[in-house]
Amino acid sequence: MTNLIPFPHMPAPAEPPPPVLLSVTDLKVHFPRPRSGLMARPEVVRAVDGVNFEVRRGTTLAVVGESGSGKTTTALAVMRLAPITAGSVRLGLTDLSLLGDEAMRQARRRVQMIFQDPYSSLNPRQRVGDAVRAPLDLMGIGTKAERAARVDELFAAVGLRPEQQHLFPHQFSGGQRQRINIARALATNPELVVCDEPVSALDIAIRAQILNLLARLQRELGLTYLFISHDMAVVEHICDEIAVMYLGQIVERAPRQAFFARPLHPYSAALMSAVPTVQGGRTRAAQRIRLVGDPPSPIDPPAGCRFAGRCPAAGPGCEAPQVLREMQPGHWVACHRVTRVDGQPVGPLQMPAAA
Amino acid sequence: MATPRTLLTVDDVRVEFSTRRGKALVLNGVSFEARAGETLCIVGESGCGKSMTALTVLGLVPQPPGRVSGGRVLFGDEDLLQASPERLRAVRGNRISMIFQEPMTSLNPVFTVGEQIAESLRLHAGLDRKAAHLRAVEMLRQVGIPAPERRVDEYPHQLSGGMRQRVMIAMALACRPDILIADEPTTALDVTVQAQIFDLLRELQAERGTAIVLITHDMGAVAEMADRVIVMYAGRVIEQGTAAEVLGRPQHPYTQGLIACLPELGSSQHGERRELAEIAGVVPSLWELGSGCAFRERCPSAHARCAEDVPPMFDAPLPGQPGHAAACWLLAEAAVAKAEEAAA
Repeated sequence: MTNLIPFPHMPAPAEPPPPVLLSVTDLKVHFPRPRSGLMARPEVVRAVDGVNFEVRRGTTLAVVGESGSGKTTTALAVMRLAPITAGSVRLGLTDLSLLGDEAMRQARRRVQMIFQDPYSSLNPRQRVGDAVRAPLDLMGIGTKAERAARVDELFAAVGLRPEQQHLFPHQFSGGQRQRINIARALATNPELVVCDEPVSALDIAIRAQILNLLARLQRELGLTYLFISHDMAVVEHICDEIAVMYLGQIVERAPRQAFFARPLHPYSAALMSAVPTVQGGRTRAAQRIRLVGDPPSPIDPPAGCRFAGRCPAAGPGCEAPQVLREMQPGHWVACHRVTRVDGQPVGPLQMPAAA
Repeated sequence: MATPRTLLTVDDVRVEFSTRRGKALVLNGVSFEARAGETLCIVGESGCGKSMTALTVLGLVPQPPGRVSGGRVLFGDEDLLQASPERLRAVRGNRISMIFQEPMTSLNPVFTVGEQIAESLRLHAGLDRKAAHLRAVEMLRQVGIPAPERRVDEYPHQLSGGMRQRVMIAMALACRPDILIADEPTTALDVTVQAQIFDLLRELQAERGTAIVLITHDMGAVAEMADRVIVMYAGRVIEQGTAAEVLGRPQHPYTQGLIACLPELGSSQHGERRELAEIAGVVPSLWELGSGCAFRERCPSAHARCAEDVPPMFDAPLPGQPGHAAACWLLAEAAVAKAEEAAA
């Protein structure tokens, strides 16, 4: 990668960028649907339809999008919890998409997941200390004493007391349960942690606690996060890079500061403008980019730009398929209407003035 | 502009639940007003009593185990807490309507959406089947559902989440209620759809002067929708005032904490990434409140008095802001000084 224009978010050029840990290439996850009639064509839900991204070691890539955009399916495919139809998912030098069952089971030491719902992701009949130790037991890591010591260490790391190991999940609040889930995810010392909406189910006062915890653990342990979320403010706070998905495809990918200063894709701009803010209030609401209708079905997506049907800036040329173009180093966007003015990329829709 | 007409007065309402662990005061002296053409937001975390407040107004508190043990809910001159079940049925869905959080579970899956909208029109407005059906189509058109003539005969599962919430709104507004209570109406929806629903509520309010009571935990939504705000904690109102005042100059340490702990859009543009402010600890359980202020264990400014007595509402020590008040002893001194000044 050439690094001619220095980026404000990046460390000094003398320091090389950290190596890529996760590399996803042309990922497709298609789910077949039963035929609706004898003569009907078999239908396929294209949940993820050609997705490419990389995550550098020790950094956070946030994948954002609305329901049905394929962000969670992408996360599940990286974990090999959803079937990969085509493409590759490489963790370091290992191609996870090619591994057999046992090899994949072993590889799961290196990739772990934190789920959205802290209630349904813990077994109500299992003591939480046992839940956190389970990955170590399953992987056969260490002696019994070493495992117990590791569980103590994990409880301390996520801000729980060691004697709480003997309690059951219902004896904890939502925020504490999410701490337990984080401890369990970290048990095998993973390199990559996939976080699927880890704070969406929590009360706002608790969200800050968990976000600070995730940030601290990343700093201390050098973790790499693939962070799935629909909350733009949370994402802006936590990510290093962001990818915006719409109907199974990435429409924009950029470093944090560049994206939030100037989202280029019309969908990104609309998504950002829809977020209500305390500072912006009604003024911001009045200037909002308004979208009409719902996203089209992922069964038979439009051949051209998938957002064109709802896009306020749609025009000639949008019926052609859109590819990601690099408008600035690291800032990729799949919209032919994004242009360069005085060397700066300019999107067809402008965000309302920052509040 | 004259003060808008008060449509609903909730006055010192108390609701208790009997459980194996003893009695829990779920609402402990909650008071507020809803005014014509205004939006009142009720803000707070899970378990603070905001949804229970809505259920109390509508006479929907499950009894037992719940019991409304005090207070009044005045709708006009009538106390709804004393009203008969028949009278409540005549008011509910007619003069006072409610939109629930989960549009999937609050619609009946075996009836078409048209039948469900028409039901309230036939019951309350006395329309015949055909007229009610036509009004249902009209309502769907008003809430922005495309091809309403076709959609009216569809079942809830055929609609997206945003469309279902629009159907809920159409049902709630079919009889042109004076008061609309919306309990987290957009929490299950995407932000672009939430924006559409908020626009719709604002338009309908401007057109009809409906009083909206919006229950939410999203401070951004409050800033966008509210004229006035009440903040609840552990069954009590702990701060109230205009949206601009409460969000711009919060007086209660809890409200200050709630606003400070939010990640804000634009954070990447102001230099170094900072830690978010935290409110330590968790909400106390309603059985463990004891005496004093319920927030004191988590409060950075707690002092001896906070453990002794529950603070009453004090006016905010700000110039010329009637109605902005918070239940915190920190405001007591300022309030006394202000009162002395006024007396002198």
